[in-house]
Amino acid sequence: MLSTSRLSRLGVAALGIGLATTLAACGSSDPTAAGDSSEGGGGETVVVGSFAFPESEILGEIYAQALEANGVDVETRFNIGPRQQTIPALQDGSINLMPEYNGNLLAYYDPEYTERTTADVDAALVDAVAADNLEILDSAEAEDKDAYVVTRATADAAGLTSIGDLAGFTPFTLGANPQMAELGYGIPGLESFYGVNVADVTFLPIEDFGGPDTVKALVDDTVQVADIFTTSPAIRSEDLVVLEDPENMISSQNVIPLIAKSAVTDQIRETLNSISAELTTDDLIALRERVEGDEKASASTAATDWLEDKGLL
Amino acid sequence: MGPFLSALRWITDGANWQAGSRSPLPIQDRLVEHLTYTAIAVVIAALIALPLGFLIGHTGKGRQFVIGFTGAMRAVPTLGLLFFLLMVFGYFLSFDTAPIVGATISFVVLAIPSMLAGAYSGLESVDRQTIDAARANGMTEWQILCRVEIPLGLPLIIGGVRASVLQVIATVTIASYAGLGGLGRIITSGIGFADYDLILGGALLVTALALAVDAVFAVLQRLTATRGLTDGTQGPRRSIRPRSGAGSSTTPATSGGTARTPPRASIDA
Amino acid sequence: MNWTLNNLDLIREYTLNHVQLAIVPIVLSFVLALPLGWLANRTRWSRVVVITTGSVLYTIPSLPLFVILPTILPTRVLDETNLVVALTIYGVAIMTRSAADALAAVEPTTVDAASAIGFSAAGRFFRVELPLAGPVLLAGIRVVSVSTIALVSVGVIIGSENLGFLFADGKRRGLLEQVVVGILISLLLALVFDLLIVALGKLLMPWTRGDRTFSRRGAALVEPDPAGPIAGDGPSLESSALEPAPTQGRAR
Repeated sequence: MLSTSRLSRLGVAALGIGLATTLAACGSSDPTAAGDSSEGGGGETVVVGSFAFPESEILGEIYAQALEANGVDVETRFNIGPRQQTIPALQDGSINLMPEYNGNLLAYYDPEYTERTTADVDAALVDAVAADNLEILDSAEAEDKDAYVVTRATADAAGLTSIGDLAGFTPFTLGANPQMAELGYGIPGLESFYGVNVADVTFLPIEDFGGPDTVKALVDDTVQVADIFTTSPAIRSEDLVVLEDPENMISSQNVIPLIAKSAVTDQIRETLNSISAELTTDDLIALRERVEGDEKASASTAATDWLEDKGLL
Repeated sequence: MGPFLSALRWITDGANWQAGSRSPLPIQDRLVEHLTYTAIAVVIAALIALPLGFLIGHTGKGRQFVIGFTGAMRAVPTLGLLFFLLMVFGYFLSFDTAPIVGATISFVVLAIPSMLAGAYSGLESVDRQTIDAARANGMTEWQILCRVEIPLGLPLIIGGVRASVLQVIATVTIASYAGLGGLGRIITSGIGFADYDLILGGALLVTALALAVDAVFAVLQRLTATRGLTDGTQGPRRSIRPRSGAGSSTTPATSGGTARTPPRASIDA
Repeated sequence: MNWTLNNLDLIREYTLNHVQLAIVPIVLSFVLALPLGWLANRTRWSRVVVITTGSVLYTIPSLPLFVILPTILPTRVLDETNLVVALTIYGVAIMTRSAADALAAVEPTTVDAASAIGFSAAGRFFRVELPLAGPVLLAGIRVVSVSTIALVSVGVIIGSENLGFLFADGKRRGLLEQVVVGILISLLLALVFDLLIVALGKLLMPWTRGDRTFSRRGAALVEPDPAGPIAGDGPSLESSALEPAPTQGRAR
């Protein structure tokens, strides 16, 4: 039979491994397991998601902290990815609240949408998201739009002021997140709205949603035109020029909470709507400056400070 | 099965191989980029790792230190190193060159450990008696290295290179996050579009590429196996077992040593 | 240093999550690879099947695998279970090769002697073959450990909250310190895990302690790592899974 010492050795080892594995397995059991979404009417944990760029994380933090201060059970799953990952996450219950942008959200559900103003887009969204048992709340005045951006030098040299001027600027390289190859206000839009000959436009997909790589690509002239969001601190710091959009190819992009019907309560509505009432575009720019600029504040700190400043915390 | 077949159809669709298509297509451009990044990294790694490995294998010195060091190198998360280097180089190199330099260095760091190990274990696997005989014949250390140790150790050396190449091929997939091309760009665009044809198609292409390269190396290993030396008794075991012992380790010709040795038949081993 | 000091909580949380994500695959790989390795040694054919499958699985690039798994498994897109399953698959792929070779390397004479003494098949496996295969198995699990810890960070691309986040966020915000901290902690984790595994090995295989021959052999055998899972045993002529000829009873 097994000798005592060997038995005890095996025992210790087995115990150790078993313990470690159990702790690991228990710990990693999905913390975002929002309850069964068939329970209507809320009361379950709110899991806040965000896109994988700092502004979205800041907005997510704002929502999460405000809700928590108002007694709601909150968990966070930030930096998930693009809409192609966040919407499925909302659909399967992995998350139930997202800080969204009304125009692009509508584009996801209806690529051919024609609404442009905030009011129109919001109205169209109500039905669009209902199909997934989701609900939109009040949109904020704060907007963060995609924009076609060039360097000051390029703008001056080629006389570019509006997107339409790009038609005479081809051939050039466009740097943007991969989705721009197919979005209505992306490459197809350049052609249909502004008559740009897209066969002469080289596309360079950059994965960071107008972040530092995209800015660098533009500044280093690897791309001549880039999709950089309007609240980016880089627009001011690198003296970039946002091309005008007279045809309204890019619709309103107001920040708007998107929440699962099963998770929303009146308390939540009230809290989130009060945030929307206070959030302005300048706020977004300032918040991004704190998190992405020299200070490198964490999203959570920047969010807390903003909420306190507005008396919402 | 459905998505899998759909991806296969996507790969074989001629439209995806049209030169001049918009990124992430055409497939062949991404394939060539992928192979290029791999090749550059592997060659540089070989220039560093192989000589070093030969030195250690031949002189037997520095082994412990190097093993420890390469162990640490293996532990470096390539994604992290990649981002770190991109940021550092990004300060003074342009968008075009920073990713290439940063990514190449990251892949070289990834490739070195396996090649190094292959190199010195290849040399260590050579029978000491053979080396002694060579020395007795008046060969210089350099000649011993080049004419005895390396040729005899080739299969293991190539094995090390092979393992490195495969690791690099798999890892170059994340190069697209550094702004580089390669098959990874197909995959990340696919993730961006939630387009499973792209995701699966890209994954299948990387897998197929890896398997193809693996097969080539397998053949190379076979070809460089010195006749008369058996598979059955190759390995570090030689340098550790007492030579006077079971004795069989030094009778290559008689142990019927071909690759077809059935299991457990070699009681004498 | 400022960032680090201000964010110790965050660092701790991500490190803990990283550890949790890594442990299960490592343990599971060992447990699953043993029977598979044993199976691989039964017949020439089974070896081909097992090893080839392992090799192919290992070549699947990690990123798409993380994304595709939710469509195959009943998991939701963001569940970290996807990550754990994928890591286990890679771990098993690496470890099976190791296990097969470790078990094959046991001296047939010894095994025969054990049967002669009267051990049953199971007894032989657990009390003779397994302990003798120990050092090589240990080497294999060390490789699995290092590789798993490194791969966990890639999971950040599907939203997993682990040390990889420090790289990704650091890059997004231009915060070099964050990236460096992430790399250093990853290295530290790999080291700690390795030490723990080696200690476990010494605990379970006391006959290897202080035995120079054995530890040298163990070390030498670790080098089959040039052998990843595919080249499998780089150092051997036996070459790849793509070749049908097994050679058994061969000490490495």
